[in-house]
Amino acid sequence: MSIDKDTVKHISKLARISLDDKKVISLSKNLSSIIEFIEKLNELNTEKIIPLTSIINTSLRTRKDEVNNEKIRDKILKNSPESNEEFFVVPKVIE
Amino acid sequence: MKDLSKKSLCTLVNGIKKKEFTSEEVTNSYISNSKNAKKLNTYITTNFDKALDQAKNFDKTRNFDGLLSGIPIAVKDLFCTKDIKTTAGSKMLNNFIPTYESTVTSNLWKEGAFLLGKLNCDEFAMGSSNETSFYGNVINPYGDKLIPGGSSGGSASALAASLTPATIGTDTGGSIRQPASFTGTVGLKPTYGRCSRWGIVAFASSLDQAGPMTQNVEDCALLLEAMSSYDPKDSTSVNIQVGNYNKNLNANIKGLKIGIPKEYRVENMPDEIDNLWKKGVEFLKDAGAIIKDITLPHTKYALPSYYIVAPAEASSNLARYDGVKYGHRSKGNNLTEMYENTRSEGFGEEVKRRILIGTYVLSSGYYDAYYIKAQKVRQLIKNDFDKAFKDIDAVLTPSTPSAAFKVGDKKDDPISMYLNDVFTVPVNLAGLPAISVPTGYDKNKLPLGLQIIGKAFDEQTILNLSLAIEKRADFKRKIPQWWK
Repeated sequence: MSIDKDTVKHISKLARISLDDKKVISLSKNLSSIIEFIEKLNELNTEKIIPLTSIINTSLRTRKDEVNNEKIRDKILKNSPESNEEFFVVPKVIE
Repeated sequence: MKDLSKKSLCTLVNGIKKKEFTSEEVTNSYISNSKNAKKLNTYITTNFDKALDQAKNFDKTRNFDGLLSGIPIAVKDLFCTKDIKTTAGSKMLNNFIPTYESTVTSNLWKEGAFLLGKLNCDEFAMGSSNETSFYGNVINPYGDKLIPGGSSGGSASALAASLTPATIGTDTGGSIRQPASFTGTVGLKPTYGRCSRWGIVAFASSLDQAGPMTQNVEDCALLLEAMSSYDPKDSTSVNIQVGNYNKNLNANIKGLKIGIPKEYRVENMPDEIDNLWKKGVEFLKDAGAIIKDITLPHTKYALPSYYIVAPAEASSNLARYDGVKYGHRSKGNNLTEMYENTRSEGFGEEVKRRILIGTYVLSSGYYDAYYIKAQKVRQLIKNDFDKAFKDIDAVLTPSTPSAAFKVGDKKDDPISMYLNDVFTVPVNLAGLPAISVPTGYDKNKLPLGLQIIGKAFDEQTILNLSLAIEKRADFKRKIPQWWK
């Protein structure tokens, strides 16, 4: 199946990546060739196969819920593009 | 100044212990080489001053409790290093300074090693040529127009050019083994769950594994032992004792059964690769191994399945890069626009391509047709290996379908780039350990490697088999230092 321009726009919206029209056209071509490549899988009848969900034969563990307070708030905030006192700042969401 | 940079990791460890040279002298050798190799573009961040301090400190205390006492090591810039910039080769993380250390690098430091610098890689480890890095292409020491492979291209190139005595990379679809093969070095992808993924910038979590990249098999065994551990902080880390890989390294492989899968004889494979493979078979026969023809019938579906599973996981892993808590932020008139511009400007072309593919195969209406289908095929690929391993101890294949190619050759054709990983990807899908060992040269004098695939958690056997090949191949890295 080919990925038309509208589909590219739709998935770029879902993925929160803005694209200009030129990029939409080149991606439509690129992604279509990748989808064509992966559709080789349709040759296989997999009706009775159970999908693999984990490659290791162990079940997920639980751990103790312990406080691990390294007091790194300032360091964490330093990595933020914009912060104010002890908060991350984002563009206004509510008018 | 003594040039100690041509010595193997094991030789350096022993030499420091026996006072043949100091950690400071070793560190200076690598710093000097690294400073003279800017043309290779292997480093994103250097840590030379601190490394030298640590070496001097080591020489004062001479504490030999660890396996890597007094050894400087540069690592792929995908491992988070506390208080040292970690970029994953992306503009998105150009200013990211982790507040924590990855478990794998912590293990190295616990064993007495210290950080020389952070090495270039494909952006978020997505690439097979190290051409997707925001920090520029890495060049292969084997030629000024050649790619080093990817995604651990900076690691492979730095190792082959003697800028670090050994290094570590990550392998999601071949990102350790393919660059190792392209640079005449040894690279091992451990069993999924052998090394902790904690603190490694995530690409595709069900496939990612960290592993050693070294000058020879003995070094590989030592470094694997040093970096492996069970880690409660990684829920997929497996609680199985780490082997004494180095101590138990043994080239006596008499009686081991080696499978040769006919499906790896792909169309248009150069004769040189086929001949190398035959040479590998002869080496193992000579060492007393028993060769068996086997079949892994779903091999040709591994790549298509991988290019659903890996982008799907990547698209969800990379959703975290939104310009709020860390990383690049672009301007926008509202929150959504800020997200969209941040991700458009912060990610490179290949990463965006994979996020979009991943988003598509997971989106409503396509999830069953693509993602679930791929997971079913992944089961079939795993079943192939499970069945084969009932009769054999390991599998021998070529590592790559070609030698290193030129910068720009495959950049605009994603499919031809993806085909590079045709021999390495099945192993990641099945979670198995595999190693690439340099075995010969092609007609252009470029290195070629063979891959040995083992049973889950049987890294020892593939190391032993590699040693048997290494002894017989007598492979020498012959690299004129044109970059100086």
